[in-house]
Amino acid sequence: MRNAFARVLTELAKVDESLLLYYADIGNRLFNPLKEFAAERTINAGIAEANMASMAAGSAMMGHKPFIYTITPFTTSRNFEQIKIDIAYQNQPVIIVGTGSGLSYANLGPTHHSFEDIALMRSLPNMNIVCPADAEELEILMPQLIALNKPCYFRIGKKNEPKVHQNQPDLQFGHAFRMEHGTQLVILSTGTIMPLAQALYRSLEARGISVELVSYHTVKPLDTDYLNAVSQRFKHIITLEEHNVNGGFGSAVLEHISALTYAPKIHRFGIPDHFIDQVHSCEDARKKAGLTVENIISQLVERDVL
Amino acid sequence: MDITAISAKMRHTLCDVSSKTKTPHLGSCLSAIDILSVLYWKIMRIDPQQPNARDRDYFLLGKGHAASALYTTLAYRGFFDIDALYEHGQTNSRFEEHPGVNAPAGVEAVSGSLGHALSLATGMALSCKLQNMPNHFYVLMGDGELNEGTVWEAAMFAAGKQLDNLVAIVDFNKLQGTGESCQIMHLEPLEKKWAAFGWHTIRLDGHDTDALESALKEAKLISKPVCIVADTVKGKGISFMENDNNWHYRIPNSDEVIMAKKELGLQ
Repeated sequence: MRNAFARVLTELAKVDESLLLYYADIGNRLFNPLKEFAAERTINAGIAEANMASMAAGSAMMGHKPFIYTITPFTTSRNFEQIKIDIAYQNQPVIIVGTGSGLSYANLGPTHHSFEDIALMRSLPNMNIVCPADAEELEILMPQLIALNKPCYFRIGKKNEPKVHQNQPDLQFGHAFRMEHGTQLVILSTGTIMPLAQALYRSLEARGISVELVSYHTVKPLDTDYLNAVSQRFKHIITLEEHNVNGGFGSAVLEHISALTYAPKIHRFGIPDHFIDQVHSCEDARKKAGLTVENIISQLVERDVL
Repeated sequence: MDITAISAKMRHTLCDVSSKTKTPHLGSCLSAIDILSVLYWKIMRIDPQQPNARDRDYFLLGKGHAASALYTTLAYRGFFDIDALYEHGQTNSRFEEHPGVNAPAGVEAVSGSLGHALSLATGMALSCKLQNMPNHFYVLMGDGELNEGTVWEAAMFAAGKQLDNLVAIVDFNKLQGTGESCQIMHLEPLEKKWAAFGWHTIRLDGHDTDALESALKEAKLISKPVCIVADTVKGKGISFMENDNNWHYRIPNSDEVIMAKKELGLQ
């Protein structure tokens, strides 16, 4: 997905001279095509992410539309206060890009994992949050974020994420996208864990259950119209994310649904509230976190959903 | 105009506003007033009638707790009425104890959390250079603020990009919130530290307005970022406040405001 990010940015920066990239000394040759025609707008901020966030806000105040880019924990939690004050409070159109989010960098350990970032960004007024599931979602949503011209957190993956849509989806910022229509259970998912949501969907369908599957690429603002409607149609809602089960997308859904008169049960699946370490791959880490089809189904059975 | 006379009047207003609105940080404001006077009357390209002019120079207050010093300077410079300063810190006031997004034109950025302004100004200065804009950026930081690591991140970056439209001024009054700055962290030799970070540095008496004016004029001719280390006195101008760190937080009563006014030669 990071390749798609660099490619789309390069294309857009050719026609929009206000686009500017600050990156914290990562990416190696990723941004070479951008540097070829916009070297001055491709700025290595050094390994100084807090300063990078404030500088981007300063650039935005002077008419640029900056991106800040590095591995997710360093562009969200390391510099959180700079994001809070300089970007969010001042409402500056900086797009904060977290690459390799969730457990993408599983083998690099908790320093490089991010499953608190949605919770952090969700708590900031003025902030928008978009988590594309694959390169195609990224390509469609990224121009919409630039047009939004507001503080934005763009939570992306690393590389070689499986393609999740068969046909080009009509994704609109702020609107949930229904991938499959169903009548008995609904799975709401966001970001790069979508292939697991799809595997869960297939497994449940194989059991004869009619399942609705939704890409909630925009976590903030949350598409509450869809939630209101879905609450009338289903008794159980499953949320799935590669983020701490507390504070992320599932919590956002839960917070909204809890205020409804006809509130279905919410079953949140994500990373349990402990650090994940001693792993060698993303698959390994997801297994340790209980993010497998088998575990989710067994929990749904325990909860009398199935 | 007589910078010294303006500074004296502003110092009295600061005391009076602090006393009447019960807002603190007087000592921090008083050490910075001469720097602000020289910037706003002698150096910066600004027009109170067109506060958002695209070609203006920018002042960013790093030590946001000295907001009252900035508001007072802007009022005396004609951005708004001096009487408005008495709204300081009140409900729905534009003049919050730390400058917020609702601050009046002339206040260029929010402040209050230390160590943000130099980074912000660095991004602003870089973007202006990329767009061939003529603006200059002036950042005032406290010595306590230099404890923040982001200051040094920005210092390295700005020097790396040779941002010659950026000037940092350290209000080096030697006292931070709860103690002596040079004992809490190792600051000296401060101008050499900035020089080692790649900045052109000038050290001077931060209450010598002639020296300030000449240094700030010199700064415009230097082809890299400039740091002015200004030795100042916390509480400057009012003897019973000078170098007494209680005045970081203390608020003067009405008798003390009258005493201050006398000391400032205003009656």
